[in-house]
Amino acid sequence: MKAGTRLERILASGKFAVTAEAGPPKGTSAEVIRKKGELLRRCCDAVNVTDNQTAIVRMSSLAGCLLLRQQGIEPVMQMVVRDRNRLALQGDVLGAVALGINNILCLSGDHQKFGNHPTAKGVFDIDSIQLIQTLKMLRDEKKFISGEDVSGEVPVFIGAVANPFADPFEYRVSRLAKKVKAGADFIQTQAVYDVPKFARWMEMLTERGLDKKVHILAGVIPVRSAGMARYMRDYVPGVTVPDEIVTRMEKADNPKEEGVRIVLEIIEQLKDMPGVHGIHIMAVNWEDIVPEIVQKSGLMPRPVV
Amino acid sequence: MKTITSRKPIEEVTGYLDKCRKVYIIGCGTCATMCHTGGKSEILEMKEKIEGSGKKVTGWMIIPTACDELTKYALEEEAGRIKEADCVLAMTCAVGVQTIALHLKDSKPVYPALNTMFIGMEDSPGHFSEVCLQCGSCVLGRTAAICPLVRCSKSLLNGPCGGSSGGKCEVSEDVPCAWQLIYDRLSEMGRLDEMEKIEPFKDWSVSVAGGPRKIDAEAECTTTS
Ligand code: SF4
Ligand code: SF4
Repeated sequence: MKAGTRLERILASGKFAVTAEAGPPKGTSAEVIRKKGELLRRCCDAVNVTDNQTAIVRMSSLAGCLLLRQQGIEPVMQMVVRDRNRLALQGDVLGAVALGINNILCLSGDHQKFGNHPTAKGVFDIDSIQLIQTLKMLRDEKKFISGEDVSGEVPVFIGAVANPFADPFEYRVSRLAKKVKAGADFIQTQAVYDVPKFARWMEMLTERGLDKKVHILAGVIPVRSAGMARYMRDYVPGVTVPDEIVTRMEKADNPKEEGVRIVLEIIEQLKDMPGVHGIHIMAVNWEDIVPEIVQKSGLMPRPVV
Repeated sequence: MKTITSRKPIEEVTGYLDKCRKVYIIGCGTCATMCHTGGKSEILEMKEKIEGSGKKVTGWMIIPTACDELTKYALEEEAGRIKEADCVLAMTCAVGVQTIALHLKDSKPVYPALNTMFIGMEDSPGHFSEVCLQCGSCVLGRTAAICPLVRCSKSLLNGPCGGSSGGKCEVSEDVPCAWQLIYDRLSEMGRLDEMEKIEPFKDWSVSVAGGPRKIDAEAECTTTS
């Protein structure tokens, strides 16, 4: 065991994991996080707290994770390299561990241009692969980037993201391999709508034996309206939504039900895909649908490990 | 090497000149002339604007290369007309502005009329692109001679982020993804395996983060010869 978190134990025992995302508020309300936590408590193994997602300032991921922890819910702390340099990142990792937050997900972060402070300076002192390396060094060698010793243990279960739908497609498996080499223990992918393309990517990575070295959790985002499907298709960087899904949503009498049906069909295929060890549900502003999705996918109750 | 400049908003310039009644204008015959920001016609245009606001332009000149040592002599030659003015308006890059301020004999403000943008390449007439941010530890040897620090919007060192799509960067349809370009060029050369290596942590101390940088070229020559 690297950190012994529930997420790690579930994945290590070969069980199919379920994680979900809880976005913190654009304000100070702890209640917002607690409510989302309560909703997700029984249907997920761990809950991701996003880090100034889409470059919009929100309550910090660290604070959100602590609030979940206090409720007895296991958090995954997301960290982007856009907003903090190597000193701040390492300091927050130490703080997180001290507070009992041991799952950490490393990301580049959307460009600041997309957010509510487009004139900000993007930090990008280190990149996401180097952040993975940093966590591994802190944990395994007990050293900072500078080579100096860390006092105490840094048990972290290291997560990274992968987007099989970005270009160049052929490079995407190499990039994953790089993240694994850097030290990633688990991967949460960008939302899967184009299942055949995702399957191709999975095939390529299993050919390289990467599924034996890292746990892949396939991302899903339920869409609740045709407008949202179109918006995701046309404007969200890195997301691919096939026209067929947009059409289905447009034609549906009850778009929310159709959205759930679509996501269930996708999850069904993901569950049987070799190398996929779990799913990660990102129900942005629609967290209350998550229990239903997990229930109907036959993934309830969550295992106790 | 070309220093690419752009004109400051005129309100910012007039804001600087607010307290001055008499202005001396200096342009540059090299980069700023090429960028059409500090050549003869831009100076004359500026002169007209300043005079139009009721101020006096005591004189103007174009220094062949404003960032050069010789600027000192150009300023000496024009000392009379500069002395008459309350301030100097420099239509040069920031290195020009600082060189002028350094060599100006009488103490009066030197105001920049331009924003210094980047060191760039002219990819088509009048169109410039940033290609280097002078990071102090060049990685071009590992990135197919395409700079990821300036050409990738996130200065990523280890390959394309998840926003790269159809050759474009996530920030704009008009920005090519640097890492797609690097990938393509390495692929053409059969060197894709190089993109599997993890690039080490960058040493920013030799870049802007390390405080003012200095190089003693003579000392470097003797140590390396
Ligand atoms: S790596 Fe550094 S020195 Fe080399 S081109 Fe890029 S910014 Fe300039
Ligand atoms: S899309 Fe390409 S250029 Fe843009 S930030 Fe990502 S890797 Fe860099």
